[in-house]
Amino acid sequence: MISSTFEYERVSTVAEAIERLQAAGGEAKLLAGGHSLLPMMKLRLASPGKLIDISAVQELHGIVREPDGLVVGALTTHAHVASSPMVREYLPALAQAASKVGDLQVRNRGTLGGNLSHADMASDLPAVALAYEAEVYVVTMDGEETLQAEEFFLGPLLTAMPENSVMRSVKFRTPPSGSKSVYEKVPHPASGYAVVGIAAVVAVNEDNVVTHARIGITGAADVAYRARGVEDALIGKAFTEEAIQSAAVYASDDGMIAGDLYASEAYRRQLCKVHTARALRKLLAQ
Amino acid sequence: MASVFGSTLKRREDPRLITGNGQYSEDIQLPGMLYASVLRSPHAHARIVNINTDAAKALEGVVAVYTGKDLEGKIGTVPTAWLPPDSNIQTPPHEVLAVNKVRYVGDGVALVVAENRYVARDAVDLIQVTYAPLPAVAEQEQAIADGAPILHDGVENNVAFHWQAGNATDDVFENAEVIVKQRFRQQRLIPNPMEPRAATAQYNPATGEMTLWATSQNPHIHRFLLSGILGIPENKLRIVSVDVGGGFGAKIACYPDEAMVAYAARDLKRPVKWVEDRRENFLVTSHGRDMVLDVEFAGTKDGDFTAIRVKNIANMGAYLSTAGPGVPTILFGLIVPGAYKIPYAAVDVYGVFTNTTPTDAYRGAGRPEATYLLERMVDLFAAEIGKDPVEVRRRNLIQSHEFPYNTAMGLEYDSGNYEVALDKALAMVGYEELRQKQQELRSQGRHLGIGVTTYVEICGLGPSQVAGAVGFQGGLWESATVRVHPTGKVTVFTGASPHGQGEETTFAQIVSQRLGVPFEDIEVVHGDTNRIAMGWGTYGSRTTPVGGNAIAVAVDKVLEKAKKIAAHMLEVSEEDVRFEDGKYSVEGAPTRSVTIQEVTLQAYLAWNLPQGVEPALEGTAFYDPVNFVYPFGTHICVVEVDEETGDIDLVKYVAVDDCGRVINPMVAEGQVHGGIVQGIGQALWEGAVYDEQAQLLTGTFMDYAMPKARFFKEFETAFTETPAPQNPLGVKGIGETGTIASTPTVVNAVMDALRPFGVKDINMPLTPERVWNAIEKGRQEA
Repeated sequence: MISSTFEYERVSTVAEAIERLQAAGGEAKLLAGGHSLLPMMKLRLASPGKLIDISAVQELHGIVREPDGLVVGALTTHAHVASSPMVREYLPALAQAASKVGDLQVRNRGTLGGNLSHADMASDLPAVALAYEAEVYVVTMDGEETLQAEEFFLGPLLTAMPENSVMRSVKFRTPPSGSKSVYEKVPHPASGYAVVGIAAVVAVNEDNVVTHARIGITGAADVAYRARGVEDALIGKAFTEEAIQSAAVYASDDGMIAGDLYASEAYRRQLCKVHTARALRKLLAQ
Repeated sequence: MASVFGSTLKRREDPRLITGNGQYSEDIQLPGMLYASVLRSPHAHARIVNINTDAAKALEGVVAVYTGKDLEGKIGTVPTAWLPPDSNIQTPPHEVLAVNKVRYVGDGVALVVAENRYVARDAVDLIQVTYAPLPAVAEQEQAIADGAPILHDGVENNVAFHWQAGNATDDVFENAEVIVKQRFRQQRLIPNPMEPRAATAQYNPATGEMTLWATSQNPHIHRFLLSGILGIPENKLRIVSVDVGGGFGAKIACYPDEAMVAYAARDLKRPVKWVEDRRENFLVTSHGRDMVLDVEFAGTKDGDFTAIRVKNIANMGAYLSTAGPGVPTILFGLIVPGAYKIPYAAVDVYGVFTNTTPTDAYRGAGRPEATYLLERMVDLFAAEIGKDPVEVRRRNLIQSHEFPYNTAMGLEYDSGNYEVALDKALAMVGYEELRQKQQELRSQGRHLGIGVTTYVEICGLGPSQVAGAVGFQGGLWESATVRVHPTGKVTVFTGASPHGQGEETTFAQIVSQRLGVPFEDIEVVHGDTNRIAMGWGTYGSRTTPVGGNAIAVAVDKVLEKAKKIAAHMLEVSEEDVRFEDGKYSVEGAPTRSVTIQEVTLQAYLAWNLPQGVEPALEGTAFYDPVNFVYPFGTHICVVEVDEETGDIDLVKYVAVDDCGRVINPMVAEGQVHGGIVQGIGQALWEGAVYDEQAQLLTGTFMDYAMPKARFFKEFETAFTETPAPQNPLGVKGIGETGTIASTPTVVNAVMDALRPFGVKDINMPLTPERVWNAIEKGRQEA
C-alpha cells in the first residue's frame, strides 16, 4: 500500500502551520498522529500534495484543568487521555472512550484533535464531546474561534473547521457535581469503530430526580448526535429502571440512522435503544 | 535418554522469526534489483478496447511496461492441476495478463517494472485502459441460470465441471421413516495469511538459470508448473521458500504474478521483485469455500442414520485455480458420511465460473464444508425425532472394533476410538450439568446453547495411486534425505514445505528419537528445490503423516547401514548387535559398544568398512503412504445468546482431538488453537461480500472481520492417542481438525440456544443482526 507522491514539511508553531496551509492553496493536509490520514492515503482515497507535520508543536499537547472543565490539547494522544487521572476523575466517559479507540498502537499515536477533525461517523470521541458539551478552540488566519460540539460535526468526514485553520484544543465541560457518566460501545468486529457508541451523563438530586442528562450517540447515524428525546424523557423523573426503559425507546429519534453492510438501519435502532438502556443502567448501579 | 518424541520442546524456528531474522521472499535484496507492480482490472467483466502505456513508460524510473498482447506467444497460460475424472471439466485458458477480456476485479492487465517500488506503483496509475464493460455475475446460482453473462467462450451456463459420487437413490429416501432437508450456504472466505504473496526473480544469462524466491507451500509443484509456463527446464529453475508467513491453502496455487516477475527478470536481465499489497491479497490471492449446499438426510425414528445426499453448487471464480476443482469434489464429497455408519451417501457437484476471485483450498478445503453440513443435519435430525444430539451421535458412531471401516463413499478409515474422545469431551465440559443449567436459565429468559461435533477427517494426502485416480496431476508421496555428517551432526532434507507449522522442531524430534542423536545436532532443511531433490509440499495435513514418515524411513535406512558398520567395529555378527539411545552394543555384553557418532566417523573415513558397504552415511526415502490417515475427535461449545442484541458470548470451548501419536504436544495444541479460531471465524465473523456488479465490498481489514485474540476465552484442549496403524510413526495430521470441527460446533450451539424461538438455521457468519432477526422472526411466528 503506497501513497502517491507528496511533499512533507514539519512546523513548530501553530502560526507557521496556518501560514503553510495558506501558501499551499488547499493542496496541503495537517499531519498529527497519522492514524486517520495515512491509511486513506495508502488506499489512494486521499492524495494531498503536501503534508504539514504539526506533531512537534508543543503548545498543542497536554491537559489543563479549568474551573468548568478540562482543556485537552489537540495533539494529546488517546493513550494519554485514557490514562490521565484528571480525565478519569472528572470525565470518566472520555477516559473510557479514549481507551476504546482502535488498538494500543493507534492509541499511542492517534490524537484527540486528529480524531475529531477527521470526523469519522463511527468514531468514539464525538459522542463524548456531545455528552460533555465540549467546545472546540480553533486558530484561523483571523484569530481564534470557538465552536460548540453540536455545530462542529456536520456529516461523515465533514466538520465546521474553517479553511486553513488548526484545532488548538477542546474543552470538555465537567458536568454538575454528583453526575455520573459512562461510555458504552459496540465495536465493529473488523474495524473496531463503533457500530453504536453511547456516552451518557446523568445527575440526580437528593430525591433521586434526574436534574441533568446528556446522551451522545455515535456510529448509528451519518453524524454523531445528542439523543434529546432520551434526555427530555429522563429529566425531572425519578432515576429508576422504569424511567430508563421508557426513555431508551427514543434513542434513535434524533439522528439520521444509517445502515451498512454490517448492521441495517433497523438493527442500529435496536442497538441504540438497548445500549442506551444498558449505559443508563450502569449509571443507576453506580 | 528421555523420550524426545512426545515432548513439549519450544519451537526452534521462533527465535529467528520473533527477532526479525526470518528469510521471507521480501527480505531478498539483490544488486540492481527492479520492482514490479501490476495494473489490475477495476471491472468484474469487460472487454479491453485499448491500452495506452505511453505516459507510464515516460515516467522517470520506469524500465518496462508489459501488457497481455506484449506477452502473447512468449509465455504460457496458468494451468489447472486437479482434474476430477468423469466431470467433463472445462479449462479455458487463464492468461498471465488478460489479452482481450478481464473476468474479475483484480485480473491482471499490465505489469510495470521500475527502479523502485514507488515509481512502479505511480506508473500503474498512468496506464490508460479503455474498457467496454460487460454484465457480470458473482453468485453461482445466478451464473448457471439461463441468460447469465458467459465468462468463457464455449463454456455453456458457466459450468466448469459436473462430478458425482456415491449412491443414494430416490427409493432409499422414499422409504425412510424420517427425512430432514436443509439448504446451507458456505460463505466465501478470504484466507489472509499474515504475509501476502511475494516473488523475487534472478536470471543468470550465462547459465540460463532462474532463481525465484517465492511464497510457496509447495516449491517443487511451483517449479513443475512454472517450468511449463516460462519454458525454463526444471534443471535450470530453482524455487526458494525458506520462511513463509502462513498460507492456509492460499499459497498452494500457481499465480500469474510469480510467472510474470520471472519473465521480466529474464527479459530485462536484472533481478525483479514484486510484493503483493494487502488490497491485492484480498482481490487476487485465492479465496475459499463458497458453496450452496442442498442436503437430504434420512433415518429411522429410533435414531439410526440411513442415507445422506448432497447437491453442491460451488463457486470456482473466474478461472479454475491450481487445486480448485479438487476441493468441492474429492476433498468434500468423500468425507460426507463423516464418523457415522451411513449405508447410503451421494454427492452431486457443479463447479461454476463467476466474475470473482478464483477459489482454491482454504484450511480444511472441502472437509470443513462437508463436516459442517453433516453435523448440522445430525442436530436437525435429532431435533426432528426428539432425541438428545449426543445420544443420536453415539448411536451411529463407527465402533472401535469395526476398523478398518469401509464407508459408503469407498474410503477405508484406518483406526478410531470415537466414543472415547466423545466421553472425554463430555466429561470435560460437564454435559449433563450443562443441560440442567440450560433449563434453569431458560426459565429466567436466558439462552444457553450447547453444540457438539463428532468429526472424522481425511488427511495426510495421500497414496499417489489414489491421487492419480482422483485426477490430481501430481504424486502425493514425500521425499526425505537424512544425512549424517562425519562429526555426527545431521541434516534432514524434506520435500514437505512447512510455513509456520513448526516441523523444523517436530521433524528434528523424530530424527533425534529414532537415530539417538541430540535434538540440537539436527538441522531441518526445506523449501529449496536445489537442496531437496523432489517433494510435494505442505497442505492437506500431510506434512507429518507423509513427510514425517518419509524421514522415519530414511532414518531406518541410515540405521540399517550403520548397524553393519557397528557390527564390523565390534567384531560380532549383525544379529548380535543391539541399538538403543544412539548406541550399538553387543547382545549380552553391554559394555562393548560404539555410538552412532563413532560409527558415522568410521563410515566417512572408510579405512575399514565391511565387505560391500559403501562409504558415507545417509538415507533417502521416497515414501508413498498406503492410505490416507483419519484423525477424529469431539468438540463442544457453550454459548449464551443475548436476545436483545443477538450477541453471542463464547462461554466455553472444549476440544478433544486424536491425531495418533503426538510428537510435540505444544505444537499440536497450537495447531488446534489456530484451527479453532479460524473455524469460529467462519461461523461468526468472516465472509466475502460482492455487490451486483461483482465488486468485492469486503476488500480491506476495515470491512472483512478476521478473528482477533480478544474475541476468545480460553480453549480447553486434550488429546486421545489412537496410533495410526498404517504408518511407521503412528501419526495423523492435526493442522486442519480445528477448522473442520469448530464451525459446526459453534453454529450447533447457537441453534441450540435459539431452540425456544423455533430457529432452525441462520446463514454464516452468524452476525448479531442475523441472530436478532431470527429471534424476532421466531417471536412473530410463535
